[in-house]
Amino acid sequence: MKRMAVLAILVAAPALGDESQVTLKAGEGRELVAGNCSMCHSLDYIQMNSPLFDRKGWEASVAKMMKVMGAPIREQDVPAIVDYLNAHYGK
Amino acid sequence: MIVDRRKFLAASASGLAVAGLASWRTLAADLELGPSALLRGALDSAELAALPGKVALIKRTWRPPNFETPVSWFTQAFTPNDAFFVRYHLAGIPEVAAQDWRLAIGGDSLARPYQLSLAQLRSEFEAVELNALCICSGNRRGLSSPHVGGVQWGYGAMGNARWKGVRLKHVLERAGIQKEALEVVFDGADAGVLDKTPDFIKSIPAWKAMDENTLLAYEMNGEALPHWNGYPVRVVVPGWTATYWMKHLTSIQVVRQPERNFWMATAYRIPKGKFALVDRFVSQETETNTPITEMVVSSLITNLEPGQRFGAGATVDVTGVAWDSGFGISALEVSMDGGRSWRPAELGADLGRFAWRQWRYAMPEARPGNYVVMARASNRIGSSQTYELNFNPAGYHNNVVQRIEIQVG
Repeated sequence: MKRMAVLAILVAAPALGDESQVTLKAGEGRELVAGNCSMCHSLDYIQMNSPLFDRKGWEASVAKMMKVMGAPIREQDVPAIVDYLNAHYGK
Repeated sequence: MIVDRRKFLAASASGLAVAGLASWRTLAADLELGPSALLRGALDSAELAALPGKVALIKRTWRPPNFETPVSWFTQAFTPNDAFFVRYHLAGIPEVAAQDWRLAIGGDSLARPYQLSLAQLRSEFEAVELNALCICSGNRRGLSSPHVGGVQWGYGAMGNARWKGVRLKHVLERAGIQKEALEVVFDGADAGVLDKTPDFIKSIPAWKAMDENTLLAYEMNGEALPHWNGYPVRVVVPGWTATYWMKHLTSIQVVRQPERNFWMATAYRIPKGKFALVDRFVSQETETNTPITEMVVSSLITNLEPGQRFGAGATVDVTGVAWDSGFGISALEVSMDGGRSWRPAELGADLGRFAWRQWRYAMPEARPGNYVVMARASNRIGSSQTYELNFNPAGYHNNVVQRIEIQVG
């Protein structure tokens, strides 16, 4: 039900404030990753799924988010995002 | 639980499940945040945390919220509402007001589309109650070997509850469901944050929708559904995994074509022929895969922790739960010697064929030594649990027999 989405974010966000404790590892590309991925989900999804994916796996994951889930990640940012994920949360 | 360091080291030396100094963290995690076989990142990022209205559960992800019930809660026949697991795919989760809620019933295979308020749903149809286990398709995904992506669940993405509601069949009959009906499609109030994200929409075969046990539930364990478990109304599909149990239900469409959205066509699929399941979902099958349908036979030991020590002469009881898709559990056997010999456990009260069944096994003589405890359930059509994982890419249907090492004396 799409129309309720905006209202939903307003309602859900305060209840889940502890998401702010989630900190990704320092490194080049961290802000890019945090900014893009946290549009739709908390960043603990990345931590939880590690170490699991190699570079190819993270590429596929990012591609799924863009192509299937509609994440508006700029094409030119993809390599830096994958580099960061693979370097810090890769297999 | 406080672990004595000397005892811990002694346990390590004697070759129990705990392995090495790095296990301090792992052992603690084992007790609270999930089995040590989970991905390191899954254990490290988990914590005990309470959503509003819930007790502290195992946080897997904050947004969307995915929270797992600690195993210790499963010693109760019914899982309390405030300890019941929480699973969402999408982060847009409105708090639905009862007076504003409307359920739309429509589609191209209904003669008379209509809508219902909550008061109408509660007053205009026969109320029924049914005990049923709600289990996430991906429960135990985190134990998959090799590991697979997704929410890294341990044992706790499930719960047993008493559901009260109306039969979906009655709601559809009032609308004049037609013989062309192929699938019944559910949508809930939750949605993605972005317009482009596929809304979480699920369908079941028309025959399953017309099964008298498929409910639209407005109560759980004698109370209104908790917000996080689908207030005000959710679908209950007894015997089938929870992906079909749509929360915050707002729309039911009865259609003559298969539903093709991402959550049906791509997600929640298992390789064809991999599992000995009875219920087929023919309109959704492809050459290679099929939607997940009913849950497989499984069991869980609820009172033992890996590496647990008992004093010499102590009475060791093994307790747990067992379940299947509704044929009924016929036996639960326990082995204390790693599967060499098996003894029947005593089954608890039959809470109904869709509920789990509690069981208990009293170890005859607790002679000093190491024991490998295992539990294996069977159902009335002769299905049982597997010893080796039936690997599949999404990590569904993990019903591998547990092995828990304990020590006596």
